Amino acid sequence: MKLSYYPGCTLKTKAKNAEDSAIASLAALGIELAELPRWNCCGTVYSFAGDEELHQLAPVRNLIRVKETGSDKVVTICSFCYNTLKRADLLVTNNPEKMHTINTFMEEEIDYEGDVEVVHLLEVLRDDIGWESITEKVQVPLTGLKVAPYYGCTLLRPQDIAIDDVERPTIMGDLLKALGADIVDFPYATECCGSYQIISNPDFVSQRAWDILSSAVRRKADAIVLSCPLCDANLGQKQKELMHTHSEFKGIPILYFSQLLALALGLDPEVCHFELNYVDPQPLLESKELFRH
Amino acid sequence: MRTVISTETLYSDFVKKVEAISEQTLPSCYQCGKCSAGCPMCFAMDLLPNQIIRLAQLGLEDDITKANTIWICASCITCSVRCPRGVDLARVMEALRLITSRKNIDQVQIPEIPKETIAELPQLAMVGGFRKLTA
Ligand code: SF4
Ligand code: SF4
Repeated sequence: MKLSYYPGCTLKTKAKNAEDSAIASLAALGIELAELPRWNCCGTVYSFAGDEELHQLAPVRNLIRVKETGSDKVVTICSFCYNTLKRADLLVTNNPEKMHTINTFMEEEIDYEGDVEVVHLLEVLRDDIGWESITEKVQVPLTGLKVAPYYGCTLLRPQDIAIDDVERPTIMGDLLKALGADIVDFPYATECCGSYQIISNPDFVSQRAWDILSSAVRRKADAIVLSCPLCDANLGQKQKELMHTHSEFKGIPILYFSQLLALALGLDPEVCHFELNYVDPQPLLESKELFRH
Repeated sequence: MRTVISTETLYSDFVKKVEAISEQTLPSCYQCGKCSAGCPMCFAMDLLPNQIIRLAQLGLEDDITKANTIWICASCITCSVRCPRGVDLARVMEALRLITSRKNIDQVQIPEIPKETIAELPQLAMVGGFRKLTA
């Protein structure tokens, strides 16, 4: 099966570890991701304003790119891109007037008609492949690895774009269970990491990071697993500082779910680019005999 | 907090603007406080999210502007999915931010961000932050 794929900006740089491990894993599971030609930034944050059609141009233009390839579905890996593209599609689909305004404004493009389904990689794994088929392909079960799935905001809110239950999601835990890991439930799994406040109020993000990380540690998780590159940066980059301010804190690796998927499928660890993880997960993975240099 | 309520503020353009940009009906809020109870950023806010919407109902723009709340909000949408009255408070916060931003007032001064910070941060942190916090 071949699916259209929208990468977004961060996956091409800081989160190359998320992208490469995801593409390689899907290939091993029989799905080829075809990157869209001429994609542009989705705008990152969806505009909540009722009078800002201008901010919907970037995401809608990407959906037009999908249409041009003859596809009616696009896969995203970054949680923010998922949220922004999915919400833009819903907005124009439910508002023919806004759709018309946007199409008229972009007269150089073909018209968007709400005909592209935006999905997140986790949904592809659950709905197109299925947990059982994934388990069958596991070469290196993640036995003994205690992971805390952390969902953050953009995969779950608002309700109409949620990939799972808004308050009690299990999708990432189900995947990790299928890979053989032990799941650690923790109360901060769906709480915000502070998001873009990192650029204006980094100290408040430190506080958020501490609440989330220390909760996972108290629950005895070996690692936190997530999907969002902004959560990854906020929870990862803050750890050095938090080890200073909280001497009992020894740090906790943060991994993309796709990195663990690639490892469990027995793929070359090169595709995981562990060098890009803010806290090196290799000693942990080695101690569980899941990884060798 | 002492507040003076008048028909002038109650029926002001400000209230209409907030309702128009947010596409929300402000009087729907009955002040249960559930939004504030679950807000992950409220520890850093001068006024709680439910206090902000109350002030918006009353048209007390100055009190809202004086508080840091709308600029601390991280647009996480937790308040919106939990509100028993179906108020999308994240959108009200955005409308309130835009009323200031559209006057060309920025909350972050981009040239002042240290080079190292720019090198460290992923693109989506910067694009997202600039879109929410600058004009
Ligand atoms: S949860 Fe809704 S009704 Fe309750 S105070 Fe907040 S906005 Fe008002
Ligand atoms: S959207 Fe803003 S006000 Fe609402 S819960 Fe999140 S941070 Fe708090």
